[in-house]
Amino acid sequence: MTPRESLKAQAAERILIFDGAFGTQIQNRKLEESDYAGDLGLKADQKGNNDILALTRPDVIGDITRAYLDSGADVVSTNTFSANRISQADYAAEHLVRDINLASGKIARELADEYARRDGRPRFVAGAIGPTNKTLSLSPDVEDPGFREIDFDFLTEVYHEQAAALVEGGADFILIETIFDTLNAKAGIMAVKQLERELGRDVPIMLSMTLTDLSGRNLSGHTVEAFWYAVRHANPVTIGLNCSFGAEQLRPHVQMLSKIADTLILAYPNAGLPNELGEYDEAPATTASLVQEWAEHGQANILGGCCGSTPDHIAEIAKAVQGLSPRRIPRRDSQMQLAGLEPFTIAA
Amino acid sequence: MTEKSTSRFVNIGERTNVTGSARFKKLIMADDYDAAVEVARQQVENGAQVIDVNMDEGLLDAVHAMTTFLKLIAAEPDIARVPVMIDSSKWNVIEAGLKCVSGKPIVNSISMKEGEDQFLEQARKCMDYGAAVVVMAFDEAGQADTKARKVEICKRAYDLLTGIGFPAEDIIFDPNVFAVATGIEEHDRYGLDFIEAVREIKAACPLAKTSGGLSNLSFSFRGNETVRRAMHSVFLYHAIPAGLDMAIVNAGQLDVYDQIDPVLRDACEDVILMRDAGGEETATERLINLAESYKGKTREDEKATAEWRGWPVAKRLEHALVKGIDADIVADTEEMRAATQAAGGRPIEVIEGPLMDGMNVVGDLFGSGKMFLPQVVKSARVMKKAVAHLIPYIEAEKADGAKAKGKIVMATVKGDVHDIGKNIVGVVLQCNGYEVIDLGVMVPWSKIIETAKSEGADMIGLSGLITPSLDEMVTVAEEMQRAGMDIPLLIGGATTSKVHTALRIDEAYDGPVIHVLDASRAVGVASKLLSDTLRDDFVTETAAEYERVRDVRAGKGQSELLSIEDARANYYDAYLSDKAAPPLQPGVHVFDDWSLEDLRGCIDWTPFFRAWELHGTYPAILQDDVVGESARSLWDDAQAMLEQIISEKWLTARGVCGFWPCARDGDDVTIHRVNREEHVVLPFLRQQVKKSRDRANMCLADFIDPAGDWIGGFAVGIHGIESHLARFRADNDDYSDILLKALADRFAEAFAERLHQHVRTDLWGYAPGEQLTNEALIKEKYRGIRPAPGYPACPDHSLKPILFDLLDAPENAGLTLTESFAMWPTAAVSGFYFGHPESQYFGVARIGRDQLEEYAQRRGVDLQTAERWLRPNLD
Repeated sequence: MTPRESLKAQAAERILIFDGAFGTQIQNRKLEESDYAGDLGLKADQKGNNDILALTRPDVIGDITRAYLDSGADVVSTNTFSANRISQADYAAEHLVRDINLASGKIARELADEYARRDGRPRFVAGAIGPTNKTLSLSPDVEDPGFREIDFDFLTEVYHEQAAALVEGGADFILIETIFDTLNAKAGIMAVKQLERELGRDVPIMLSMTLTDLSGRNLSGHTVEAFWYAVRHANPVTIGLNCSFGAEQLRPHVQMLSKIADTLILAYPNAGLPNELGEYDEAPATTASLVQEWAEHGQANILGGCCGSTPDHIAEIAKAVQGLSPRRIPRRDSQMQLAGLEPFTIAA
Repeated sequence: MTEKSTSRFVNIGERTNVTGSARFKKLIMADDYDAAVEVARQQVENGAQVIDVNMDEGLLDAVHAMTTFLKLIAAEPDIARVPVMIDSSKWNVIEAGLKCVSGKPIVNSISMKEGEDQFLEQARKCMDYGAAVVVMAFDEAGQADTKARKVEICKRAYDLLTGIGFPAEDIIFDPNVFAVATGIEEHDRYGLDFIEAVREIKAACPLAKTSGGLSNLSFSFRGNETVRRAMHSVFLYHAIPAGLDMAIVNAGQLDVYDQIDPVLRDACEDVILMRDAGGEETATERLINLAESYKGKTREDEKATAEWRGWPVAKRLEHALVKGIDADIVADTEEMRAATQAAGGRPIEVIEGPLMDGMNVVGDLFGSGKMFLPQVVKSARVMKKAVAHLIPYIEAEKADGAKAKGKIVMATVKGDVHDIGKNIVGVVLQCNGYEVIDLGVMVPWSKIIETAKSEGADMIGLSGLITPSLDEMVTVAEEMQRAGMDIPLLIGGATTSKVHTALRIDEAYDGPVIHVLDASRAVGVASKLLSDTLRDDFVTETAAEYERVRDVRAGKGQSELLSIEDARANYYDAYLSDKAAPPLQPGVHVFDDWSLEDLRGCIDWTPFFRAWELHGTYPAILQDDVVGESARSLWDDAQAMLEQIISEKWLTARGVCGFWPCARDGDDVTIHRVNREEHVVLPFLRQQVKKSRDRANMCLADFIDPAGDWIGGFAVGIHGIESHLARFRADNDDYSDILLKALADRFAEAFAERLHQHVRTDLWGYAPGEQLTNEALIKEKYRGIRPAPGYPACPDHSLKPILFDLLDAPENAGLTLTESFAMWPTAAVSGFYFGHPESQYFGVARIGRDQLEEYAQRRGVDLQTAERWLRPNLD
């Protein structure tokens, strides 16, 4: 079975578990500049470059991944949210993009295989690709709305480089996550499609949108429904929402997506909303009970956590949804579905 | 429109097209992108549902112009909310555009001009970027001109595209609109060929769409706008019913079909439809000669344009509304208001008088397909401006009057589209001084709660007709509870009941929950809930009453249930040798446009009066001592509207029915479709309540022979109501809105009855000699039944998707289902046909857990889903 088929087969049986945040876990370990920098001899300070730890402190990344697998995760992601040429340029590490993704992919792959061997239950690796800190749809300059910092082809190359290394390192899927700009995601989809042709095989895509306001739009202004229409050509193995706000606020939007998307739903909200100190302090049981509701209403196939979530959160979620039936995938709609920022359909 | 708009005919704005708009071209050439963006904004405001962007001009760097413009409009949410059509004859311009568009656009166009390889390569790219595509009817040999070539090329392209996995619903064919009336005889067929090709392409290429650029058609009449506009309008008037889904057109330059000079209109029609002009001249010659006279008229027209400014003000208002001219509307409205006031009238009379008259003209023209959506949007905007001007005056007048007694948020819950009852209640409450915020139909709970909070509503009213809506109401109640609300929740609608409200909804929400039996009680309930002195008693009493309902329910010795095995053993033993012979005409039959006049004779009027809460049987109700007078008045209005519906063809009755060989297998009926591998299983439910004496525990499957039999199915719907409702809404005319909906429902029921008759006498033909009066039909004095999913004999609404699949109802009758299995359009009926003489209606009533569990297995769904579907039949 291909990873796509295998994931679908597993997801038909039960609700699967995705991992939680890496950032908070790394922060808790209070690493020093020397931990980050290692002996790479880079020109800039590396403290805060979490992704580079795959090269300099692979043990830390391995431990965190292991903790999530111990918590019951069926799908673990690579710690590569910012391991792209654009973001790594801030650390003068853009030449290491391939190495970081390759290393990170291998760490996740080896651990996933180890756990799968142990109990015979398949584990999957999602190669995580963040949005970069540039946007294709918006101008950073209010005086010049037509200006763009980057263009589609460049971003496609950036994503392609990262995706190719992740797949080479052993990722089963490419997870384009925290999508605040739908056009960035479309460049990511294009990159993976190119990669598929080069490799001559299916590279399943996971897509995860992030909302910037409670009305349910992302930064580029798309509603959840318009977003789905705009990216449906990716034939994604999962579609969903992550980050944004806590599960409480994400609920109506997961509900909406669940109704319309003819593929698996992956949702991994933050552990609540940050408190006055910017910390996430929602208790694992609280997060779990909130996402449990989605499961009970048949709205989710894969559940995990984003910012602020810990292995405890994941373990609680796994416990809370155990034995609940997974969401059933609705039938494909045959209307013509177009989208501006809002959906527009023409009856079949 | 903002939540989600679904359309049938789509107007694609052409003003942001340098080849279609001289003004836009000038702006782009002059690098005046700010003004160019404004053109796009106006187009969207004027009702363009998709905007076409084209920069194909020899002197322009088209890639630069395309990308610059697309990036700029991306920054304008008012514009970017609609999809873009990236229009160019050069692929590099299209691809550059695709890299700037974040939603899902349409590419216009690709073709097989350079051969299959390039065509498919470009199609694959469109798939990679995520775009729908316009395919020109063009191949290696050139552009398709004849009908046969158009159809052949499109079919070939369709097969190629679907062969590489291109989604069929993302394909739009443009079968080439060419100039007619050129004087060259071969060109005479072009208009008709296009229209006929559209019809055939739609049939040959399932799910694909068709489009056309109109301006070519009238190319021979360049410079003669009057003739060009007339030709375009006439063309659309005929092409849309043939299946044209969209057109690139300057909405402002379409004429209202009815307002075209009949002589010119006939001449255009003769040319486009290739009709014999019936004289010495050919159709083309006649139009060309006629066109000469309109050339001179252009200037006179201009004079006329100025002339209308000299008309009396009421007439000016109407003219402005019909033509959608808003330039002078505020001044004219003010003039009218001042005049009305001077004559001792009130500002509201300006709205009720001249403004409404104007809107009615617009509505009538639009309703009969003689005016198109963007024009109506323009008229509505003019109306809005006029009303906006009057509101301060109207409110000032009200100031010393009473303030609203209370605010109520009303909605038909998500998954349901029925709103006649809700609208009636809304009107009644408004007439009684309550402020009603009506959120419409299919409203998600989040929006209901948000609105109630932001508006500071005093209560929420929920409505729904179909049984799944009951669950959705429970969800709303749960969410209100979660949101910490405590305002009263009112429940109404045909399937709602005091028992359900007490058992399920009241239990989910701590605030007051009140089941409102009908509209007449709504005001009483609302006033008590908002009264300082009466509220507490009323709430306590109701709560106590519901508590009693629950107690009775809990303690009630519910009728005893048999095990499903025992119930099945006590099945209805029909005399199977009497079963109906195989249908005379098996297979699926589609009816695109059943005569409304014919259906009129089959209408059962009693439920019509019931919808208006006038109880009694027609025709006796007209003479009823109590309600007779209102019934008569309603009857007159209904007849008048009915006349209009039929003579102006407001509505279209579309339906489909089919018959399939089948066999009973337990409580399932298994259908074997010819030429298809898979079987379709219709799982029916069986009565389990223990019967007295020797009465059977019935199941619809009992009327089917296990050794082989036939079953039928049907779905009928009344289309076209939306435009009229929109018109009534624009008119704030709730009465007509409700009247039309109720009439559409009657037509749907009449259609179901009439089609059943046609089935019995002709299609299935087991009762060829049947002669029944309408009265006898209403009393169902015929052989065979047509039970509908969601009704007592077949209570599970979720059988509808199976039935719709069998019938291909979306394609064949234009009917779709909501997630709660409500049919859309709302006025629709669907069901199964059983032909056995002993087949009869019954109620499944309460069933046991054993049947539920077994049913979940039979349907291949989890228990929870089955429980949700069968909720009304459990405990």
